[in-house]
Amino acid sequence: MPIIEASGLSKTYRVFQKKEGFLGAVRGLFRRQYKEVHAVDGVSFTIEPGEMVAFLGPNGAGKTTTLKMLSGLIYPSSGSARVLDFVPWHRADAFRRRFSLVMGQKNQLWWDLPAADSFHLHREIYSLDPKEFERTLAELTEMFEVKELTRQPVRELSLGERMKMELIAALLHRPQLLLLDEPTIGLDVLAQVTIQKCLKEYNASRGVTMLLTSHYMRDVEALCKRVLVITHGKVVYDGPLARITEQFGQAKLVKLHFDGDGVPDGLEVYGEVTGREGPVASLKVDRSRVSEVLGAILDRYTVLDVTIQDPPLDQMIARVFEEGRARHESSHQPA
Amino acid sequence: MSPATNPPDALALPLPPARPFRKYFNIFRASLTERLAYRADFFLSTMLRFLPVLTTILLWHAIYAAAGTGRSLAGYSEDQMIAYLLLVHISRMFSSMPGLAHGIARDIRDGNLKKYLLQPIEMIPYLLSYRVAHKAAYIATSALPYALLFFLCRDYFTLPTDPWIWAGYLVSLLLGFLVGFFFEATIGMLGFWFLQIGSFLYVINTMSFFLSGHMLPLDVLPAGMAEVLKFLPFKYLAYYPATIFLGKVQGEELVWGLVIELAWATAFIVMACWLYRRGLRHYSAYGG
Repeated sequence: MPIIEASGLSKTYRVFQKKEGFLGAVRGLFRRQYKEVHAVDGVSFTIEPGEMVAFLGPNGAGKTTTLKMLSGLIYPSSGSARVLDFVPWHRADAFRRRFSLVMGQKNQLWWDLPAADSFHLHREIYSLDPKEFERTLAELTEMFEVKELTRQPVRELSLGERMKMELIAALLHRPQLLLLDEPTIGLDVLAQVTIQKCLKEYNASRGVTMLLTSHYMRDVEALCKRVLVITHGKVVYDGPLARITEQFGQAKLVKLHFDGDGVPDGLEVYGEVTGREGPVASLKVDRSRVSEVLGAILDRYTVLDVTIQDPPLDQMIARVFEEGRARHESSHQPA
Repeated sequence: MSPATNPPDALALPLPPARPFRKYFNIFRASLTERLAYRADFFLSTMLRFLPVLTTILLWHAIYAAAGTGRSLAGYSEDQMIAYLLLVHISRMFSSMPGLAHGIARDIRDGNLKKYLLQPIEMIPYLLSYRVAHKAAYIATSALPYALLFFLCRDYFTLPTDPWIWAGYLVSLLLGFLVGFFFEATIGMLGFWFLQIGSFLYVINTMSFFLSGHMLPLDVLPAGMAEVLKFLPFKYLAYYPATIFLGKVQGEELVWGLVIELAWATAFIVMACWLYRRGLRHYSAYGG
């Protein structure tokens, strides 16, 4: 049985259109104009037990709205979903005791109390068996390496430590599904890596299903094999992360540092120019032609430095977004 | 542990039984710990509350002196008047709910409401447990200064001898807590529909200071006005318990008074819960 089954999920908001200026505001008091915003527009997908799936998309694409529907915070305008075999927005007690939603920008722990006190409260809120609870807590604090910090008031912890405590709190009741909205936002690289490691370990040992949104490609690369790309409320790609990489895998990114103040013209004949910054240009070149192109360029120009790398994932994803948008726009052209 | 020992498809595993009473009791305990983390702040704010008491006593002393010795105002002798003004402090100790409505509205606006939707916990029982803890901590820390104040002012008081009056007084204070809590909660729920309820709250609080008899006994007001105010629920926040203590309501009248107070408490409980459910539907459909 799938953990998440969404079919045709849609959410349309009516947004009040605020007029400019004072007169506009006064007029708005009497006649309100609304605009319909299709935040999520017919999203369907299935997630199987134990999967780790990333939700990717630009800001406002509908990622968080979808997560909110799946966790039961908001009703969809149309479509249906089953999560852990429950209809999430019915908010059954048994449903709420089986999943967790962690939002990177919101904290659930009591600010002035040590995290341990919040954990004990969670034990009661979720009616956990005390022995079981102690075992889980010990396991988690060890995994996240925060054993000595649980007695310190939360407000005295660093951002990374706090996020670890948030995750521990979210995992104490051993949820079967973990929804993560930007779990590593604002964290330094070291903390990001520890959190990724822990999540991965936890997924492997407990088989917990995870669905996460993130702006950090590093998170996605480290954690998820499968990605759902969403733009303008529609899923434009659902499949292995590897396939996105493959599409571009044939290409290499050649970074050239030219002698002088600028980049010479006419580079287009060698490949797609993806960036120009001062004397540095990035050139996307087919893998098989790299040496040939490089030879030709070095013959013609004075180049101070050359690096060759795979195109970064962000760029590939951006490309998928672009394609999605193009499709979106063409489907809205009048026939 | 390997995935084999923990099948991911663990839906069949039974959940441990929910223990709602323990759950909320422990919220009460945690809130108490939190409140007591600010002992100094607590103590100081209690002490500062006594300053206006002193000025009130002096003011009424002057009013009665000007009216002539032995005169009574609306059935209150000077001693009774000062005793009343001290007793409303006790009433307010139970019925005042600083920050409750505001906090609910803020939780709705800032999205903290989510915690009650995501976790197996309900907002109103949670806030109630929290508030009971808050009150318990407040009463415990201010018991000593209050005892001192009442000892210093002991000449103004005649303690009731009838145990029924004591019982009625206590019940009216506890019901006053409920009326206060659910009245404020009802107003807080308006936050589901209005982004800012701050100025509305300010008006309500200012009016309640007067309407509840916190400022003056309601009997001092013109007869028609006093009669109207005694029909409103505000009097249970301050006036009513104080008059029970002073022996102005007794016997059958007292019992009926408490029944009506209970009815008001129930009405506000129903109203707050109904608005919460309506509000959630609104929130789930539009906000989130």
